[in-house]
Amino acid sequence: MGEFKVHRVRFFDYMPTAIRAMAFNSRTERLALARADGALEIFNFADNYFQEKVIPGQDGRAVEALCWVGQRLFSAGLNGEITEYDLENLRPRYTVEAYGGPIWTISSNSQGTLLAVGCEDGTVKMFEILEERIQFQRNLDRQKGRIISLSWHPSGTLIAAGMMDMIRIFDAETGRATHRLLVERGVGASKSKEVVVWSIVFLSDHTIVSGDSAGKVQIWDGVTGTLVRTQLVTKWDVLALSVSNDESSLVAGTSEGTVVQFQFISSTVGQQDKEWVRTRTFKNHSHDVRALAHTETAVVSGGMDTQLVVRPLLDKVEKNTQESALRKMTLPHRSLVCCAKKAGLLLFQFPDHLELWRLGESDGHGKPGDSLPVKRKPEKLIQLKRKGEDHICCSALSPCGGWLAYSTVTSFRLYRLQNNNISITKVSKLPKDLRSAHQLCFSPDSSKLFASSSHSSVIVVALNQPECKYLHTLKPKSGSRQPVHLLFASEDGKWLATANTDCEIHVYNLDKLKLHCTVPVYSSCPTAIAIHPTTSNLVAVHADQQIFEFSLVQKEYTEWSRKLQKQGLHSLWLERDTPITHVAFNPQNPAHIILHDTFMFCIIDQSLPLPEAKTPFYNQMTLRSLPEPQRIIHSHAFKICKNFQVPLY
Amino acid sequence: MVEHGDIRVVHRGGSKINFREPVITHDSRYLLCASGECVKVFSTSTEECIHDLRGHTGLVTGVLLKPSNHLQVYSCSADGTVRLWDYTDGILIKVQLDSCIVFAPVFAVSVIAVIILVWKAGHNLFQLVAVDLPQSGDQLVEARELSAVLSDVSSNPAAIVFGRGGEYIASANGLHLEVYFFKKQKSYRFSLKEDNKKGGKNTVTCVACHPKDDCIATGHEDGKIRLWRNFNHKKEYTYSTLHWHHSAVSSLCFTPEGTNLLSGGMESVLVQWRYNQESERDFLPRLGSAITHITVSPDGALFCTSHSDNKITIIQSCVKVSAVIQGLVKGESVRTDMMVDPRSKSLVLNGKPGHLQFYSLPRDKLLYNLDIVQQEYIHESGLEQFEVVKAAFDASGSWLATVEERKQKDAELELNLKLWAFDEQTQSFVLNTTISAPHEARITAMCFCHATDSQTTMLVSTSKDGHFKAWQLVSDRALYRKAEFGPSWSCDFVGAYHGLVPECCCFSADGSLLAVSFQEVVTVWSPASWELLTTLSQPPKAVRDLCFGRLSCSKYLLGTTANNLLCCWNLLTCSLEWSTSMDISLLLADPLTENMAAFCCQAGSTDLFVFKPSEPRPVFSQKAVCSGKVTRAVFAPREEMLESCEESSQWLNHSQLYFLTPDLPVFPDIVIFLPPPFKLVIDDSVAMTPFYLLLGKHRQQEDADPLSGLSAERRPLPQCSVAIKELLQTPAHVLPSTSFLCSMFVQSLLISETKHVEEEMESEKEEEDSEGEMESSTQRPEQASLGGQAAPALTKAQLRELKRVKKLDHSWFPGLLHS
Repeated sequence: MGEFKVHRVRFFDYMPTAIRAMAFNSRTERLALARADGALEIFNFADNYFQEKVIPGQDGRAVEALCWVGQRLFSAGLNGEITEYDLENLRPRYTVEAYGGPIWTISSNSQGTLLAVGCEDGTVKMFEILEERIQFQRNLDRQKGRIISLSWHPSGTLIAAGMMDMIRIFDAETGRATHRLLVERGVGASKSKEVVVWSIVFLSDHTIVSGDSAGKVQIWDGVTGTLVRTQLVTKWDVLALSVSNDESSLVAGTSEGTVVQFQFISSTVGQQDKEWVRTRTFKNHSHDVRALAHTETAVVSGGMDTQLVVRPLLDKVEKNTQESALRKMTLPHRSLVCCAKKAGLLLFQFPDHLELWRLGESDGHGKPGDSLPVKRKPEKLIQLKRKGEDHICCSALSPCGGWLAYSTVTSFRLYRLQNNNISITKVSKLPKDLRSAHQLCFSPDSSKLFASSSHSSVIVVALNQPECKYLHTLKPKSGSRQPVHLLFASEDGKWLATANTDCEIHVYNLDKLKLHCTVPVYSSCPTAIAIHPTTSNLVAVHADQQIFEFSLVQKEYTEWSRKLQKQGLHSLWLERDTPITHVAFNPQNPAHIILHDTFMFCIIDQSLPLPEAKTPFYNQMTLRSLPEPQRIIHSHAFKICKNFQVPLY
Repeated sequence: MVEHGDIRVVHRGGSKINFREPVITHDSRYLLCASGECVKVFSTSTEECIHDLRGHTGLVTGVLLKPSNHLQVYSCSADGTVRLWDYTDGILIKVQLDSCIVFAPVFAVSVIAVIILVWKAGHNLFQLVAVDLPQSGDQLVEARELSAVLSDVSSNPAAIVFGRGGEYIASANGLHLEVYFFKKQKSYRFSLKEDNKKGGKNTVTCVACHPKDDCIATGHEDGKIRLWRNFNHKKEYTYSTLHWHHSAVSSLCFTPEGTNLLSGGMESVLVQWRYNQESERDFLPRLGSAITHITVSPDGALFCTSHSDNKITIIQSCVKVSAVIQGLVKGESVRTDMMVDPRSKSLVLNGKPGHLQFYSLPRDKLLYNLDIVQQEYIHESGLEQFEVVKAAFDASGSWLATVEERKQKDAELELNLKLWAFDEQTQSFVLNTTISAPHEARITAMCFCHATDSQTTMLVSTSKDGHFKAWQLVSDRALYRKAEFGPSWSCDFVGAYHGLVPECCCFSADGSLLAVSFQEVVTVWSPASWELLTTLSQPPKAVRDLCFGRLSCSKYLLGTTANNLLCCWNLLTCSLEWSTSMDISLLLADPLTENMAAFCCQAGSTDLFVFKPSEPRPVFSQKAVCSGKVTRAVFAPREEMLESCEESSQWLNHSQLYFLTPDLPVFPDIVIFLPPPFKLVIDDSVAMTPFYLLLGKHRQQEDADPLSGLSAERRPLPQCSVAIKELLQTPAHVLPSTSFLCSMFVQSLLISETKHVEEEMESEKEEEDSEGEMESSTQRPEQASLGGQAAPALTKAQLRELKRVKKLDHSWFPGLLHS
C-alpha cells in the first residue's frame, strides 16, 4: 500500500463569490452562471453538471443579468454595458454601451432577433442581434423610475417590465405602454418604501407573474391588466422567478434562502380550469437566492451563499437514481493549487493575487494515523498582486520552484523566483505569441513552459536563464475551436497530453514536437489526465466518473482499462457527484493510481481484482478490523479514504 | 312494564364527550355527540343537554347526520349496530345489525349504503366496509351485504375522510396516504419518508378533504400540514407544506365552502388558515387544553372543538367562543379521592391540572372549577407541574383542605397544604392558609375531624416522613396583631410511632378517637389529649384502609391489610372482632348509616359487598360490578330519604353509592347503584357470592372452630317472603284509612296485570321448588338471609292464603275503578 506523509494544508483560504445571475440554455443544456466578481461559469448539465468553462472576471464588471441567444451569451451589468462572450477563447468578445445608465436586466425574444435591456433611466432599449454584433434599434416609451426586470411574451409582440411600484406592458412593435399594473406596497413600516418588482415572467397565456420586494408573488391577467391572485411568500424580498418550459411550474427565490414552487394544476380532478397553486418549499440556501433556473427536471438555484444547488423535482425524475439526488456545487471543478514537488512549494491562485507558500517540515516518523510534530511551520513566501483589471485565469509553478507564470485574458506574465533569498523578478522579454493562456504547465525538468492558446493549440516556450524563447505551437488535427482545459507533461519529458472541452485528448511527442496520437473521443469531458512515469500509460478520468487507461506506446486502451470497462465500475463510484480533479501515481508502486475529488482520496491498485457490484465499496474501515488472510479476500482495487476535508489538489 | 327488581348498576354520567367528533345539526341549534353508550343532544346556545338517545348497548363510536333527512341521525356502536334516530324527539327509527364490531363512525351515508370502519377480528385489521341499507319497513334490519371498500386502514377515524362530493376517499395509515376513486375504482398511494433530516416525524395523524377542490390536507406528527394536489397521478402529485404547530396536528377541518382550513393540536390554539392564502392565519388561543377534534356546522356558522379535558367549545365563525360544554374532567389519573361537597352535594375530584372540579351528579354537569394551584399551566408534554393530590372536606363543608405537590427530577418534592374557607357571600371557597412544606415527604392521607358538635375543627395529615400532624384553626390575636388577619391554621401536634410510616388516618364519628395506621400497627389516639390510647395490630402486612363504624357500629374499627384481610376491631374490648380474607381494593363507610361498602377485586373484575360491621352477613352483594379494579367511590347522601322496604336495597335509602369505573380504554364513567324503581315485583334471585360462601363457611365451621372471628350467637332470622311482608305492611298503613289511598294502591298494581300474575306464578313455583331444598340452604341464600325483623313468622298455608287474596284484588279492583 505504501506510506505517505500527509501535509494538511489549512492556509488556502479560497472564498468563492456570490452567485448573481443565471441563464439556462435548454437546447444545449448549458447553464451560464455569473458571480459577483464578474466571473462567468458554464456548466454542462448533460455531462454530469461538469463545470466546463470559466471566464474570469474583471474589476468593475458586475454582471446583473445573463441571456442566451442560441449559442451566444450576453450579459449586462450596472456598468451600463452589454457584453457578448467568446466562449471559445473564454473572454468577452465585445462590449456595447447602452447609454441608459446602469442596466438591470437583459432579455431576448424567443425568436432570437431582439435583445431588450432595462436601464436605470427608465428606458427599455431594443438591440438588434446581428451575426457578429448587436446594434441599437430603438427605445420603448420612457418611464419614470428604473426598469428592474423584463420578460418577453413568447410571441415576441409584448414585453412586460417590472419597475418601482408597478409593472408596465409594452407593445414591442410600437413601443407604446399598453398597461400599467400597480403593485401594492408592503404593510407596516415598509408602506413608505416603494416596492421593487425584482422579477417578472410573461407566460404564453398572457399571464404575468411578478415577484417583488414586499415578499409577494402576484399573478396578473396580462390581457385585462388585473390582479388574479396574490401569494405572500416571504416577509422579505422575492428576488428571482423562473418558469419551466411547459409553463406548468414556476419557482420563486426569496431572500430568506427558500425557493417556493408554484404549479399550474386543476383544482378538481379531470377538469380543465387550472390555477396557480403554491406547492413545495425548498430550503437549501442560507442566504438570498439571487438566481434561479427551472430545467426540465430540476430547480437550479444560486445566491449569496455561493452554492449552486440542483434540486431535482421528484415528480419529473425516477426515484432513487443519480438524477434524483440533490447536488450542491460550491468549489470549482478545476485545480487552483499548483505544487512544486522538488522545492516543496505551493502556489495558490486567487482571482486577484497569487500566494506562494513553503510547506512545513517534520523529521518525525510515526505510525499510520499519527500526526507528526512540525519542525518548521509552513510560511507564506510571496503574495503577488496581479496587474491590470482582469482577474487571473490560470497560473503555474515550475517543479523546481524557479519559475512562476500566470495569465489573465489579456496578459501573460512570467516570473523568475530565487528561492533562497526569496526574490522575484519579472521576465520582461516574452515571445509575442504568448499573449494569454487558458491553462499553463511546466515541463518536469522546468525547461519548458506549455501554454494552451486559442483553437486548442499549445505554445511551447523554452525557458532559459536570461530570456525565454518560443519553440513551437502544437496544434491538433481535429481543428477543434474549444479551449484546452487540462495539460499534463509526463515525468520523462517525452509526452504532453491536452484535453479540451470537446472531450478530445491529444498526446504530443515533445521530442519531435508533433502530435503523437489522439485518444478515442469519449462522450464525457475529461476532468483529470495524467501519464504514468514508467509505463507511459495515460490515465483519464471523465465527468461521468469513468476511468480509462491508454497506452501511448501501443496507442490503444490497456488490458486493465478494457477489463474495467467490461466489468463496469461500482455503482457507488458512479453515484459520486463531484468530478475527480487530479490523478497521480505512487512512485513506490507503479500499480497504484491516486485519484481525488473534493471529498475523498482513492488509490486504485491495478494488481487487485475489481470490486463486484455486490461487495461493499467503502470498506477500508472494515478491512482494517479483519485478520490478515481475510483482508486479502475482501480487498479490491478501490481503496478510498475520506479522512480529509475538501482536498483541492 | 315491570322492572327487574334487582339493584342495578347504572352509568350515571361523566362519560367522555370528546371520544369522537361531535356533529352540529343543519340549523346549528343542536350539537350531537357520542357519550358512553348514548348520544347526547346539546343545545348550542344554552349548553344544556336536551336529551340522550339511549339504546346502544356498547360504546357509541360515531354520530353522523343523515344527508337525505336533516332531522335524522345515524349512530354506530361497538355493539355492532347502526341506529337511525330522530334527534329532535329522540325516537329510534331503525336498527341495523352487523356481525362484526363497528369500530368507528359512519363516514358517509349515500342513499343506499353506509360506510363504516369495522374491526375484522379474524383478519386482525381494520376495514372500511359499505353496508347496504335494505329497503324494508321493519325497525330491525339485518345487514347481510358487507362490501369492503378499503382494507388495512388506520384505526384512527380522523385519518379517513371522504373527498369532494364523495367521489373519492382518502385514508392515511402511518406514512402512507391512499386515495381511492369510486368511479374509476382506482387507488393511488403516496408514501412519505419516515422522518426528514431535521428530525420531523412524518406520520400522518389526521386527514381532511376540501369540499370543492381536489385538495387533501394531512396533519403530521411534527406539526406540519401538507396540502396534496394532483393526486390522481402516480408521479405528478404535489403538495405544499404549512407549518405552525409545534407538536402533532390532531385535527383538521375545512369549512363547508372551503375558504378556510381549521387545525388544532396540543397547543390548544385553533388555527384558521385561508385556503390558497396560507400565509394569512387567524388564531384562537387559550382554549384550555389540547384540541382533539374540530367540526364545523353545515352552514359554516359554528365551529366546535373537542378538547382533551372532556370539553366541547362552540366557536362562532368570527373566531369567538360562544359556549362551552364541559363534561367530567379526567386528567391522567384521579389523584384525590372522590368526595361529596356537603354543601352543594356535588362530586369533587381533581380534573383540570391544578384544579378541583365540582360536578353536579344529578345534572351530569360540571358546576365549576376551583383553582387550587393558582399557577399558569404550561401546555407542554413532559413538564412537571403542580398537581392536586389530596383534598378533604370537613363535615359541614365550610373548610376544604388541599395538598398539591410537584416532583421535579433531581429536585426536592414541593408540597403545599392549603386550607380554604367557604365564603357565604361569594358562595365559593376562599384561600385561608397556605402551609408550604407541611411535611418533609409525600402526604399519604388527610382527614378532618367529623364531629359536628365540637367547636374547633381539626385536620390530621399523615406523611411518609414518619409523622402525622394535627392542624387546628387558631384565632390568636397575640399572634396576629392586626385586625384584618382572621383565624388561620397552624400545627397543633406532631405524632409519631416507632419511626414507622403512617399510611392512613381516620376519625371516629364523634371525633373522640383518631386511628392512624403505622404500617401493620393501628394506633388509636385521643385528639383531646393527644395520648396514645391503644395499639391494634394484625401482622404481618401493612394496613391499607381504615374506617370507623358509624352510628350503632361506632365501636368498630375496620381495616384492610395488604395480605387481603378485612379486619374488624372492637374498640371497647380492644380486640379483633372478626376478620375475613378478601382482596379489598376500597373500603368506605356511609356517613349516614352503619353500612360499609367494600370493593373487592377478583379475577379482573370487581365485586361489591355492602355490610354492617356488627353483622356477619352482607346487606348486599353483587358480583362483577364492573371489570377492572375500582379505586374511587363515594357515598352521596340523598336529597330526600327513600322509603324502600326491600331489605337488600335499604342501604340505598339514605345515600347513593357512586363509583368511578376503572380507567380502561373504553369509558371511565361515574356509575351509580340504583335501587329498584318499583317495589311491586320482588325477584330475589341474587347470585351466590363468594362473600356469602365465605361467611357461610365460617358459620358452618363454627362448631369446629370456636375461635373464629365471627360471633357465634347470631342465628338466621325466621324466614318469610318479602312480598307478603310488603303486602301486609302497606295496607296496614293505608287501606283502612281512606279509599283514595286505596285507589292509588290499586293503580300501582294495575301497571301490568298479566305479567304480574305470571311473576307471581313463577315465584310461587320457585317457592315450591325451594321447599324441597330447605335443608341445603346455601343454594338460595337470600331466602335464608331475608327476614323482617319485626314481622312474625308465617306458615306456608297462610302465605298461600294471602296470595290468593292478592289475586282477587286484581280481578275486581279495576272494575271498581272504571265504574
